[in-house]
Amino acid sequence: MLEVNGLVKRFGGFTAVNNVSFKVDQGEILGLIGPNGSGKSTIFNMLSGTLAPTSGSILFDGSEIAGLPPHRIINSGIGRTFQIPRPFRRLTIFENVALAGFYGQGRHSRARAEEAAERSLAMVGLPTDRHASVDGLGAAGLKKLELAKALATAPKLLLADESLGGLDEAEMGQAADMLRNIRDELGITIIWVEHIMGVLMRVVDRVMVLDHGEKISEGLPSAVAGDPRVIEVYLGTDAETTQAAAAAARRRAGVQ
Amino acid sequence: MMGRGRLAAWGIGLAALVALPFVYRDPYHLHIMVLILIWSFAYTSWSMMGRFGLVSLGHGGFMGIGAYVTALLWNHLGWSPWIGIPVSMAAAGALALIVGYPCFRFRITGHYFVLVTLALSGIVLQVITATRDYTGGSLGYTPNRAAGNKLWSLQFDDKITWYLIALGVWLFGIVLWHWVDRSMARYALEAISEDEDAAAAAGVDVTAEKLKITLLSALMTALAGALYCQYQMFITPDTVSGIAVSLQMVFAAIVGGLFVSLGPTFGAIITIMLAETLRIGFGTKAVGWDNLVYGVLLVLFIIFLPKGILGSLLDRLKPQRKVPRAHEQEAVQIARPGT
Repeated sequence: MLEVNGLVKRFGGFTAVNNVSFKVDQGEILGLIGPNGSGKSTIFNMLSGTLAPTSGSILFDGSEIAGLPPHRIINSGIGRTFQIPRPFRRLTIFENVALAGFYGQGRHSRARAEEAAERSLAMVGLPTDRHASVDGLGAAGLKKLELAKALATAPKLLLADESLGGLDEAEMGQAADMLRNIRDELGITIIWVEHIMGVLMRVVDRVMVLDHGEKISEGLPSAVAGDPRVIEVYLGTDAETTQAAAAAARRRAGVQ
Repeated sequence: MMGRGRLAAWGIGLAALVALPFVYRDPYHLHIMVLILIWSFAYTSWSMMGRFGLVSLGHGGFMGIGAYVTALLWNHLGWSPWIGIPVSMAAAGALALIVGYPCFRFRITGHYFVLVTLALSGIVLQVITATRDYTGGSLGYTPNRAAGNKLWSLQFDDKITWYLIALGVWLFGIVLWHWVDRSMARYALEAISEDEDAAAAAGVDVTAEKLKITLLSALMTALAGALYCQYQMFITPDTVSGIAVSLQMVFAAIVGGLFVSLGPTFGAIITIMLAETLRIGFGTKAVGWDNLVYGVLLVLFIIFLPKGILGSLLDRLKPQRKVPRAHEQEAVQIARPGT
């Protein structure tokens, strides 16, 4: 459904994303992980049109979307959330989501937008009451609102950006389950960017790891978690020597 | 969703306004009423975009185009204002798009947008003054008196006709304000004024939405200018265009209240009464004093009463009026978690 080829983004002399290619299949949850500054959010911003790629192609459902303005990408069926929730505080919770339902679905009708808003708010577990103010929401509530806004645009592909930052253990588990529900019940394909590896690994079908703007590993969560390059990136070189030592020990044990 | 009571109040108020000139015929007071209605419409036009944080100081330019294009077409080509007014509105609209598109496309917002529009006001004023062979320059310009049909030339001698025309146009402005207020476009524009990227991520075409409201606002302002010209039958660059007129719009809209439909009207009542009081009380000694008072009041209002007089009064009367919109509560806005 999504095919990214040779994606590059440079900011002046700095290369934030360097020649990254990947594919996402229909109905899949792809995890995108990597340390701070590894280019995850930059890739998201290019997929959603907030940034135009320096070069490379992004095929969504067979058509090229690289460099299109964000509203056209959203209308073609990609929804996104932001790493830091960006609610519209001048609007009520319901209006926030109805706005996305209206403009994100090609400005059909108000009734259809409000219907989408009710459905999305119910899906994420926020009140569908029309007068509730955004100011009453805490960190978890704002993340849910962010997700409801993205869902209201009726996406085929959802880009969820670090949806769990700032949540406690229980809230994290709920949020992860929610993403899985969204895929299972609505059939929405998801790319999930996350710092926190543990929760992510439990939910995703496949993981892609970035470091310094390059793809260093991709595969099943269990395989990626054991990849020495990934461990190096996440835990540093000491871990690598430890890992190497462990591997050597295993080899020796195998030989015997 | 207007309540039945509010609808009734509007109906009664309007009926009283329509009946007024037939009962009370003092020409001076009617004249003041007509001026208030025309300027109210102009201020309402400004607030159409001003309320969404699109602060324009270029509206004097749009008003000047409305007035001068209509008058010039009548005097030089003999085009009736019925044709001249739409042409002048189209000209102002085109200018709004020419200035607005690059601003919105390249994200010129906030103070920078104000500066660009400030230049627009200045340029229109300069053009009118510089082409004095056609426009009379700073001495002003008078549309030729029509010999024939008054309706065709849109020149009426009696105040009652003008009062009713101005009332109709003013009401049209208020209706447009409410129309925008209830549309999805309001959601989009509120969202844009807060966070353009997030609005775009909700599927909003930011540039197009901003252009649409700017166009509407400019068209309305040009109509106000043309109407002012037809009523006064004398225009000068300083009374219908330029930075002073733009500032007057900002002042009146803010003082009256930007976020309520009758706010700009309230602002017009205050500014025109102030100008008249100073003119009658102090005569020529007080020329320009009103601008001084505006300046001081504007600063005081922005600091102490950002919702304007009417906005604050309505809040006082109905503390639970709708859900508070957050730009009315910017001061107490809690910082976003995580930033």
